[in-house]
Amino acid sequence: MKRLPILVRLLRDPDRAASLSLAEWDLALRQSTSTNLSPTLLALLEERGLLDAVPAQPRAHLEWVRALATRHRQAVRFEVECIQAALVKEAAPLLLLKGAAYAMAGLRAGAGRLFGDIDILVPKTRLDQVESALMLHGWAGTGHDAYDQRYYRQWMHELPPMQHVRRRTSIDVHHAILPETAPVRPDPDKLRAAAVPIEGMPGLATLAPCDMVLHSAVHLFFDGEFDKGLRDLLDLHRMLQEFGGRPGFWDALPGRARELQLGRPLFYALRYSRRLLGTRVPDEVLDAVAPLGPGLPLRMLMDGLFGRALLPMHTSCDDAFSAAARFILYVRGNWLRMPPRLLARHLFHKAFISKKTEIKK
Amino acid sequence: MLTVASLSRTQLEARLSSAGLLVQTGAFVSRIHSPLRQVADGIDTLYGDYPLHDGDAFADFHVGLRHPGGMRRWYKPQVNFDLDGQLPFEPLPQAHAFPMLEWGLNWCISTRAHAYLMIHAAVVERGGCAAILPAPPGSGKSTLCAALVNRGWRLLSDELALFRPADGVLVPVPRPVSLKNRSIDVIRDYVADAVFSVPVSNTTKGTVAHLKAPSASVARAHETARPAWIVFPRYEAGAATSLTPIPRASAFFRVADNAFNYSHMGGRGFQTLAAAIDGCASYDFRYSALDEAMAVFAALEPPR
Repeated sequence: MKRLPILVRLLRDPDRAASLSLAEWDLALRQSTSTNLSPTLLALLEERGLLDAVPAQPRAHLEWVRALATRHRQAVRFEVECIQAALVKEAAPLLLLKGAAYAMAGLRAGAGRLFGDIDILVPKTRLDQVESALMLHGWAGTGHDAYDQRYYRQWMHELPPMQHVRRRTSIDVHHAILPETAPVRPDPDKLRAAAVPIEGMPGLATLAPCDMVLHSAVHLFFDGEFDKGLRDLLDLHRMLQEFGGRPGFWDALPGRARELQLGRPLFYALRYSRRLLGTRVPDEVLDAVAPLGPGLPLRMLMDGLFGRALLPMHTSCDDAFSAAARFILYVRGNWLRMPPRLLARHLFHKAFISKKTEIKK
Repeated sequence: MLTVASLSRTQLEARLSSAGLLVQTGAFVSRIHSPLRQVADGIDTLYGDYPLHDGDAFADFHVGLRHPGGMRRWYKPQVNFDLDGQLPFEPLPQAHAFPMLEWGLNWCISTRAHAYLMIHAAVVERGGCAAILPAPPGSGKSTLCAALVNRGWRLLSDELALFRPADGVLVPVPRPVSLKNRSIDVIRDYVADAVFSVPVSNTTKGTVAHLKAPSASVARAHETARPAWIVFPRYEAGAATSLTPIPRASAFFRVADNAFNYSHMGGRGFQTLAAAIDGCASYDFRYSALDEAMAVFAALEPPR
């Protein structure tokens, strides 16, 4: 395999921080800035007591983002409190997903991680009540046309994103982790049944550790957009490191993936997290997950695609095939969301009809 | 340390169009790429005094001014401001390349450098005491600043007051002063040896030219200053000069209104600004005659 970009090498082995030249720091920070990973890098270096080893100029950049990370952490806490207050009757405990879950549960994956929306999971039968309660407390559906409403409500696994009218913050209300139209449908009841309360935060819960990893994996490897790919891969790496030390985690992971029909994304998660970030995974787990992966030809193709799309979004990391790889994965992401006929109809509508209405407006 | 003036015009253009020119302005090093003559002209005219770094040094901002490509290269050519591969602004006519570089560099600092509480204000200093002039565009802030720095005050910045939270001092970023429309001629008349970039007309702000920062201010770019006065300037044609003290609470909110990152800074931003307001005397200042304005500023007493 080609030499990995300097940022990836640094995330993989933070101890390198002590020996990087200024020119290497220059490039590493450009890569982390364009991938929004500088606050994570700061957290990683501080965790290991390495910040003092960083030369003054790059350290100043890391200090610049400290303010953003601190402010982000406060804002997330405040927002979660507001959501909790709005949904005290409709969704208790409040089940947080992704970034908000990592941050509130104090996971290492949440340290320094910047994200835009808060994601929650509620039972499908409660969707209407949850939506009304949020509207009563100031969240409004974002301006989508009738087609978008139908797209979300009939085919997707979430409500159209809602935005708070005063704070401009966004919430995504999910009832499942994959679209209704996707070929696999992990049972949301099973996910909710296994949810765990967040210690010291009454009324808040996250998915169980295995499910958190699987959700992160399916989100990354079934999606079509990779601008945050490295960040999401780093989430997986950090969760696998942290949960991997807990008894029973590795034993349960492959079986849980099979049970939720998420063997393939788990295979990819372990493969690329190991390749890019050097995640340590027990051999038994690799053996158990190997049959869930694709055959050799497809695996080679995927290595070529993910091996490019998961690198930092920076010109220094691109080669002649990077743009093509991202485009193919974009098409694949849509393909995995819907059956071909529905997808064709959806893309046709988006390309011609939605655009025309927008122009008229 | 070598300065940009040590490069010949050919060397300057070669750096700009290949590996990039590394220029230090105050606490920041920018790597500038551009094949455009307008950019080389502006830098040649205004940046001679600034420290120059080698190609392999660390840069805070990697910026480029380039053609968008395609047919527009020949037909009404345009220019993009590029921050390490990102294009934060719409393209402008190629003639606007140099002002676009200046605006772009300000934008880099104001959206990134959150080690400082950043206020949209001019800052000038005399005897270790700084006057901060926060104001919206059109208030005559830059005209006043340009006049002051050519009458004994040191330029810290024309656009960005950078408060360092640890000790509350102001960190300089002395860069060219942006002047608009009639102010260009006013300062040309007022400052005998003023050096300007080529005026660019029809920008969103009208005609714009940049005034070279005084060499002495550039040489002292590492000396911080203590905030002493906050002056909200307002140019009004024919107005009598007047300096009116204003209460601290209202000064606080008016400065916060002009901040770039007050909310990003959270509690630290509040404490930093509160300490600055406490240590400063704050005024509304109305003027029309620059000479009278200079006299008022010369008479400012440092607050105890």
